[in-house]
Amino acid sequence: MKSLEELKAIKEKMKSQVNIREGGDDKIRVVVGMATCGIAAGARPVLAAFLEEISKRNLKNVIVAQTGCIGVCRLEPIVEVTEKGKDKVTYVKVSPEMVPRIVAEHLVNRQVVSEYTIGAAE
Amino acid sequence: MYRAHILVCGGTGCTSSRSNDIIDEFNRQLEVNGLDKEVKVVMTGCFGLCALGPIVVVYPEGSFYSAVKIDDVKEIVEEHILKGRIVKRLLYREAGDPNAVNSLNDTRFYKKQQRVALRNCGIIDPENIDEYIAFDGYAALGKVLTKMKPQDVIDTLKASGLRGRGGAGFPTGIKWEFTARSQSDKKFVCCNADEGDPGAFMDRSVLEGDPHSIVEAMAIAGYAVGADQGYVYVRAEYPIAVRRLQIAIDQAKEYGLLGKNIFGTDFSFDLEIRLGAGAFVCGEETALMTSIEGNRGEPRPRPPFPAVKGLFGKPTLLNNVETYANVPVIILKGAEWFASMGTEKSKGTKVFALGGDITNTGLVEVPMGTTLREIIEDIGGGVPDGKKFKAAQTGGPSGGCIPASLVDTKIDYESLAAIGSMMGSGGLVVMDEDTCMVDIAKYFLGFTVDESCGKCAPCRIGTKRMYELLDLITKGKASMEDLDKLEELCNHIKSSSLCGLGQTAPNPVLSTLRYFRDEYEAHIKEKKCPAGVCKDLLQYRVITDKCVGCTLCAKNCPVGAISGELKKPHVIDQEKCIKCGVCKEKCRFKAIEIV
Repeated sequence: MKSLEELKAIKEKMKSQVNIREGGDDKIRVVVGMATCGIAAGARPVLAAFLEEISKRNLKNVIVAQTGCIGVCRLEPIVEVTEKGKDKVTYVKVSPEMVPRIVAEHLVNRQVVSEYTIGAAE
Repeated sequence: MYRAHILVCGGTGCTSSRSNDIIDEFNRQLEVNGLDKEVKVVMTGCFGLCALGPIVVVYPEGSFYSAVKIDDVKEIVEEHILKGRIVKRLLYREAGDPNAVNSLNDTRFYKKQQRVALRNCGIIDPENIDEYIAFDGYAALGKVLTKMKPQDVIDTLKASGLRGRGGAGFPTGIKWEFTARSQSDKKFVCCNADEGDPGAFMDRSVLEGDPHSIVEAMAIAGYAVGADQGYVYVRAEYPIAVRRLQIAIDQAKEYGLLGKNIFGTDFSFDLEIRLGAGAFVCGEETALMTSIEGNRGEPRPRPPFPAVKGLFGKPTLLNNVETYANVPVIILKGAEWFASMGTEKSKGTKVFALGGDITNTGLVEVPMGTTLREIIEDIGGGVPDGKKFKAAQTGGPSGGCIPASLVDTKIDYESLAAIGSMMGSGGLVVMDEDTCMVDIAKYFLGFTVDESCGKCAPCRIGTKRMYELLDLITKGKASMEDLDKLEELCNHIKSSSLCGLGQTAPNPVLSTLRYFRDEYEAHIKEKKCPAGVCKDLLQYRVITDKCVGCTLCAKNCPVGAISGELKKPHVIDQEKCIKCGVCKEKCRFKAIEIV
């Protein structure tokens, strides 16, 4: 270890890997519906795509979680994005191809991808 | 990126209930379900709730599963990990509360705790230096080496009010200053990890759960006092701690956080482990250093203090594991932050190893000034089986007993000393109403007799004589003069022994005499043991009215001392009875009494 920068680089790299274990409600939660309906509709590749995209961008304030049946099974795979102090955003009929845009526009730039949401679908 | 982390405790307690196999099974099940790329299994240090091990915590939910068995793993993976349904059946339940607690921090056990020394235990993988770095690891060392002068480090520690966690409570900053001021061509930094008190295991847990914090703190100490070599003296009976510390040292060397020119400065520091062979006296600082030198572990008189003439005759800084564990956080968060916790003279937090008659056996860390009642009732979950709390023993064989009447004492160095006990290293043994205080004193004296190194006569001979007197009392063969003699002997040993072991050896007797003198007198005058423990003073008898003659006691008696016909009251032959208590345990009709 020759400099503080080296240490900082390791910390930055690791932080996104361990922040899941820290509490704090300031994180954005990406929740994928993973009940039978969701999995049958292809939720697993969607989840994998989120994980890949988020780690590619090294996002530290995002938690990917899963939940059971959200209720509108016909619109699965469903992905909900929640953030403290903001309304919940529900994306429906999500495919892995849609994930990079959701990550880039919503998680990074904080702009909801309106055309993918349940409001647009209905 | 992993979407979930499964943390499995790899401390000594959980390892002994096969947490290693649980880790293997998790990995297997994740693979079977094709989840091994999404979910990570992490072995961590102690979570603290050792009574309910093996502990498994799943993040991001923070679900707290206790007493997990290998067969449960499949269910956790298939339900929680695959489908996102928490396995309620396995969640931790608090005593007397049927509702399962989902998250770790919601438990009463954790709520009143404040984890400073144990900050990373149960959170990081102790065998992975990157995880330690992710939680601010080695940032304090970096700050010290690049932005602070040695005297700044010492001043910070002095201002923080940190005192030695090994038990004596000497101000750490002043100790560092003394060592720094000693002029010498060579100095050493040592860590005392020879945790020998029966019932104490916090140093072990820090080494097992967060070994890098000790490596980092010792390097900081080396910089502050001007030493380039450190030794950690660990007892060989802590194999997991020794292994993880060695891994930590190797990783730190690989990263250049130990060795030459750390962080590109001209500061160099190296660290080595020395194993203790299990002698209690080697926890005494001068004996410890003698042992590192390769000699028989015996103490020597002080002064000269180690800060002037220590290891290999050179100025040496010696601190306990828990003391070191506090140092990096103090550097990062500042002296004021640390001093804001605790009482006027005892700052910060203290780790206690809770044991004995208590529901939540385990490891807790609380701010100084927390009352004994809060620790026992709120955090510890109280005395089990509805029994009454009688006393708590702190400080192991050097400490004393705190009676139930003083349960509201705020715990810090001064208040414990004032009531005749001591902080000690932090063993806290809780005793219920069925404990005989004379017997307890005898137990600790027996320990001291075994562990006295024999160098000085007051300790070698005196403790043996004390033990003999206590033995007479527990057998009902002592007189009131013997009790006076015992007390006198205590005071002599205290004032004339060479080292801390002998000087504090009479404490268990003195403190029980102070608060439970009536029990001693009952043994002597009435030949009775009020708690029903001392075998020579009690008899097991059948209560004829209650005995239905089921013969269960007779069948279970290991020496055939019970006789009687079926469906008629039985009789115990007192000549044959060895007072093992099996009959009382087995009787379903409460027909056996102790008199």
